[in-house]
Amino acid sequence: MIYPRDAKWQDLARGGIIPEAGTALAYKTGGWRTFRPIRDNECCIDCLFCWVYCPDGAIVCEEQSVKDKPIDLDHCKGCAVCAEVCPKDCIKMVRETEIQD
Amino acid sequence: MAEQIALEGNQAVAEAMRQVNPDVVAAYPITPSTEVVQIFSQFAADGKVDTEFVAVESEHSAMTACISAALSGGRVMNATSSQGLALMWEMLYIGASLRTPITLALVNRALSGNINIHCDHSDSMGARDCGWIQLFCENAQEAYDTMFQAVRIGEDLRVRLPVMVCYDGFLVSHSVEMVKVEEDAAVADWVGPYVVDRPLLDVKKPYTVGPLDLQDFYFEHKRTQVEAYPGVPAVIEEVGASFEAAFGRPYGLMEPYMLDDAETAIVSLGSTAGTVKDIVDAQRAAGKAVGALKLRAFRPFPADELAAQLAGKKAVAVLDRSMSFGAASAPLYSEVTSALYARGATVPVATYVYGLGGREILPEHIEQVYEDLAAVAASQKADTQPKYLGLRE
Repeated sequence: MIYPRDAKWQDLARGGIIPEAGTALAYKTGGWRTFRPIRDNECCIDCLFCWVYCPDGAIVCEEQSVKDKPIDLDHCKGCAVCAEVCPKDCIKMVRETEIQD
Repeated sequence: MAEQIALEGNQAVAEAMRQVNPDVVAAYPITPSTEVVQIFSQFAADGKVDTEFVAVESEHSAMTACISAALSGGRVMNATSSQGLALMWEMLYIGASLRTPITLALVNRALSGNINIHCDHSDSMGARDCGWIQLFCENAQEAYDTMFQAVRIGEDLRVRLPVMVCYDGFLVSHSVEMVKVEEDAAVADWVGPYVVDRPLLDVKKPYTVGPLDLQDFYFEHKRTQVEAYPGVPAVIEEVGASFEAAFGRPYGLMEPYMLDDAETAIVSLGSTAGTVKDIVDAQRAAGKAVGALKLRAFRPFPADELAAQLAGKKAVAVLDRSMSFGAASAPLYSEVTSALYARGATVPVATYVYGLGGREILPEHIEQVYEDLAAVAASQKADTQPKYLGLRE
């Protein structure tokens, strides 16, 4: 189980563990981001480098393709590794405050 | 049959490790604990134990490997001293907060600088807040016996914490004493199998260890950890009583010596407590109502039990074999006075620092402390600053 945000100390398991695996998915870290990766899908050649290198698994890949797929902004911390490794320079890092959602 | 054998403290501890036959020992050698690991690695090489012996590249890696092995479901042991413990620092806290049972023989040695290989308690005391249980031993027999008890205490499901078995470098580690070594089967039976309640390698029940823990949960987790300690003293006493029932040697949180009717008393840790008891005998023979309290469990600090032993004395002295630089007082003195005064006891407590870097503590030093205590008892005033025993000044 993943603890609810209002869990009391008495509710927690010994040793600070979370009695479940893969829990990073439920812990959203997108709020840490200053720069957002924006991919130019016209330019993307689907080499999947961004997917391989992303330390947070935030590059969504379906049927061996990232092109036209979203980037998981709930987990992307804006580290810019994807932009750095892109061989076609298709990913731009744009300051969050400059983005009109 | 149990045998009386002449052994160094380190040899006795290595023998205890052989008899426990742990799953994993990951260690890096450092004086004066080196012998423990050296002898044990020979046992492993000779096939006398089933242990996976991991020769690592540093004490930091040693402790990391021990924590990982303990989480995976192994019974784990290790030995170190001084700078080796210091290099384990961040992992010591992690081992305790993850509630991993690990038995660490800590052969007490001074911390640098300057560099010194001899005994004092600055290594143990530096680690006193990291959440490990700390048991101090007076001699080789106690070190041998405490290794078994440490396994039972740390692995107890009411405890699940790592344990340091502390004994004085060279004074105990390299001194040959007669040690009663129990039969392999008898101690193995007494220690029993390791109950693995949450093995990390159980892929059918995965869980997350050591996750990111920020403002939202860290505080609650620390409060959860606090809850591990109040029950530990009772388990130390229970395990000590069980050991006595099996092998005839009693162990508890502390050893009061001629204390009931004593007017003054000395509190100490480790091998010095043995010297203090000899002086108590001599003073008693001379008609003086003195006593001693040897503290075995320093962490968790048995404040209630200690205060009950010392309240009502006319004067108490605390001998510290380490300093806490810039603190109001030396570590053991700090603990003893806060235990007493927080419980309303008004006994004056004198503070002494001795034996740093292996400086000898002699019988006449302890006689001097009892003489000083007679004056403190009369005036009911103790200096807040330590006196230094055996220091040239």
